[in-house]
Amino acid sequence: MAEKKINLLVKVWRQPSTTSVGSFVDYKISVSPDSSFLEMLDEINNDLEKKNLEPIAFESDCREGICGTCGLVINGQPHGPIPKIATCQLHMRNFKDGDTVWVEPFRAKAFQVMKDLIVERSGLDKIIAAGGYISVNTGSIPDANAIPISKERSSIAMDAAACIGCGACVAACKNASAMLFVSAKVSQLALLPQGQPERTRRVQNMVKVMDELGFGSCSNTYACEAECPKGISVKNIARLNREFILANVKSDNIEA
Amino acid sequence: MAKLDPKIPAGPLQEKWVNHKFNMKLVNPANKRKYDIIIVGSGLAGASAAASLGELGYKVKVFTYNDSPRRAHSISAQGGINAAKNYQNDGDSIYRLFYDTIKGGDFRAREANVYRLAEVSNSIIDQCVAQGVPFAREYGGMLDNRSFGGAQVSRTFYARGQTGQQLLLGAYSSLMRQVHLGNVELFTRREMIDLVTIDGQAKGIVVRNMVDGAIEKYSAHAVVLATGGYANVFFLSTNAMNCNTTAIWRAHKKGAFFANPCFTQIHPTCLPIHGEGQSKLTLMSESLRNDGRIWVSKLKKDMREPNDIPEEERDYYLERKYPSFGNLSPRDISSRSAKEVVDEGRGAKGGDAVYLDFKDAINRLGKHVIEERYGNLFEIYETITGENPYNVPMKIYPAPHYTMGGLWVDYNLMSTIPGLFVLGEANFSDHGANRLGASALMQGLADGYFVAPYTIGDYLASAKPKKESLDHPAFDTVKKENEELIGKLLSIKGKQTVDDIHKKLGRIMWNKVGMGRNEKGLKEAIKEIADLRVEFWKDVNVVGTDKDINQCLERAGRLIDYLELGELMARDALERNESCGGHFREEYQTPEGEALRNDEEYAFVSAWEYKNLGSWELNKEPLIYENVQLATRSYK
Repeated sequence: MAEKKINLLVKVWRQPSTTSVGSFVDYKISVSPDSSFLEMLDEINNDLEKKNLEPIAFESDCREGICGTCGLVINGQPHGPIPKIATCQLHMRNFKDGDTVWVEPFRAKAFQVMKDLIVERSGLDKIIAAGGYISVNTGSIPDANAIPISKERSSIAMDAAACIGCGACVAACKNASAMLFVSAKVSQLALLPQGQPERTRRVQNMVKVMDELGFGSCSNTYACEAECPKGISVKNIARLNREFILANVKSDNIEA
Repeated sequence: MAKLDPKIPAGPLQEKWVNHKFNMKLVNPANKRKYDIIIVGSGLAGASAAASLGELGYKVKVFTYNDSPRRAHSISAQGGINAAKNYQNDGDSIYRLFYDTIKGGDFRAREANVYRLAEVSNSIIDQCVAQGVPFAREYGGMLDNRSFGGAQVSRTFYARGQTGQQLLLGAYSSLMRQVHLGNVELFTRREMIDLVTIDGQAKGIVVRNMVDGAIEKYSAHAVVLATGGYANVFFLSTNAMNCNTTAIWRAHKKGAFFANPCFTQIHPTCLPIHGEGQSKLTLMSESLRNDGRIWVSKLKKDMREPNDIPEEERDYYLERKYPSFGNLSPRDISSRSAKEVVDEGRGAKGGDAVYLDFKDAINRLGKHVIEERYGNLFEIYETITGENPYNVPMKIYPAPHYTMGGLWVDYNLMSTIPGLFVLGEANFSDHGANRLGASALMQGLADGYFVAPYTIGDYLASAKPKKESLDHPAFDTVKKENEELIGKLLSIKGKQTVDDIHKKLGRIMWNKVGMGRNEKGLKEAIKEIADLRVEFWKDVNVVGTDKDINQCLERAGRLIDYLELGELMARDALERNESCGGHFREEYQTPEGEALRNDEEYAFVSAWEYKNLGSWELNKEPLIYENVQLATRSYK
């Protein structure tokens, strides 16, 4: 099939290490509109390697929009101009011949740039470790159908559970807040009967660690929802706030 | 030839695992914290094993090359997970799930392992629900099920089209809880590059720190590899970009036998290739085959738009050839049938694709039902291809997806190296020559939650292995070897990029060790791969240094192993003079073009022992069927 290629000027953030100073570097590329954005970067990298130049460091894994590894700011928007997709799902047919495209890493106080477009997001794991689970050991468990859960409730919990942990919400927020990420997990577990015993502790512990790690407070701009590749709703943040207030009113952690 | 002892417990099939669990030695609760266990990989198998072992009180170290354990490729599984709950009252049972899996694997899997898998399948669903996994439910609040290929019952549990994600996040949350409690230590951005054995026992690993390039040593009483499959040997596959064979391959070179390497699964429903720049292939869940109908034109080189091809000129070839299972025929059969019609020139617009059509289902059930069932998959399709599958049939084509082969393990999931356990896709044990849909998630979690925690405890209690000091010269020898290997890679400075050579390997594998294999092609492949290996070491250019993040070096290191594994896959396929499951030797087929198994001569597991580069010795583990009768697999 004869394919028509589009020509682009791609301006990519290059930064050799965390401590070094970064800058934009220009690359010209002629690419198939059926290629994905990351395949376009692959092509630039293959050309660079042929010239014995260091390829652009960027992360990706599943390239199906579910692992949450990839995350670039494209023309100022986390995951690029098309709503509700991850960077790896963005295809070049969304760009026009002659366009200039700016590519940057996610920027947030809690996400350090490691090299070029790679950032460190382990803070999100630390928040989950603080309480984003139901404390159940392998084995001691009732039959899966022992607790009926309404289809609606289960479905809302699933909406929240769809979060891929990419951190775009943090990158989109002017306060670099992780509220959408945290609220998605808090909501999922608060909505389910299995999550009730730890409901109070969970929200308190997760919010505490979130604050300690330097994520900002909610900016109330809804930028997080707008840039979320999975369309996680800010209603979850409202639920998180309710859960947090309620937890502080009727905390199980009674101080002596 | 070494004697392979699968250590299958005696007694009736139904009692083997129960009795074996009782007969195993236990580690006293107070002593568990004295044992260190290394787990490489944080997917379903690795994360569930790490969480479960941590809960028991062992000291666990988990290694992943990703920035977070939640990124592991298990997360991409879409369709579902099987279990023999019989919630639908449609005649399912542990025995039926066992039988379907053995038959689906074309009678090349071990009975006892598969029965145990079916036996623990129900506990997996219970476990996941307890963790808060939001499986799909019915209005009455009970769990919903759907059907998958190779089964005539509805036993697949699912969470929209994101079942793998939800199961992995469940296991990940349990893992992170153990990290929080201090029982599990997490090492991210570390790639295992070698196994350390002392006196023939697994004693630790050597990893590359992917941030600063340091080669690090870790010691333990036992090592667990849960590092997934090797379908990226084809360059283009549905596997994630970073999936690789390095951990199991380097363990293989240290003495772990590699079983059935040629058993690869080519998944029938993937998106077709768009061009040379393609980096990977995207799977469309097999669950789509519940409602989608697969067809091509009856005419060759039919360039009409699919909606312009009238009903009577369409060939619903799976429904025609396999009326009982139709569009839900097993993966190997569906893939091969797609290849046949495309080879006849009847592919979509003459190309390498067939249609997957939802028109009838939309007319029957309404668009909203289809949207509820597959909405996110339809969105993925439209995002990637720019076409709307509600209006135009999807175009699909087979792609490498899963590898049934892997390191040989006994019933306890221990490899031929004492102290080295292998879980999930990385081992060979449960799927025979073909894996049924929704069984990979089941196996990963069965191994990690319900098998390895017992069998590793038994090993520690009965073999009483000693943990070696990191000062032991064996660690430094392995470290030095790997530093030299990396130094050598960086010094070649040839003309080809790593991907250039990987693509060449992929083409050899796809054309000659892919969906259809024959003696001539396999012999050519063996020679071509060996030549390509020489070319790699002469002409590759690995840019950058070994002192910081260097993705080019990472890819080069993985390609070294693919260039060796690819040859073994071809040798294994050449040795197996029969067709079974995903291994289709063109010389061995029935007059109707179906796979022709040879149970007289090939009812065994091929377990390859590494000798030297390009040289292996074949060991055979006979497969003994005491419960099922070997039958020609028919889905007609």
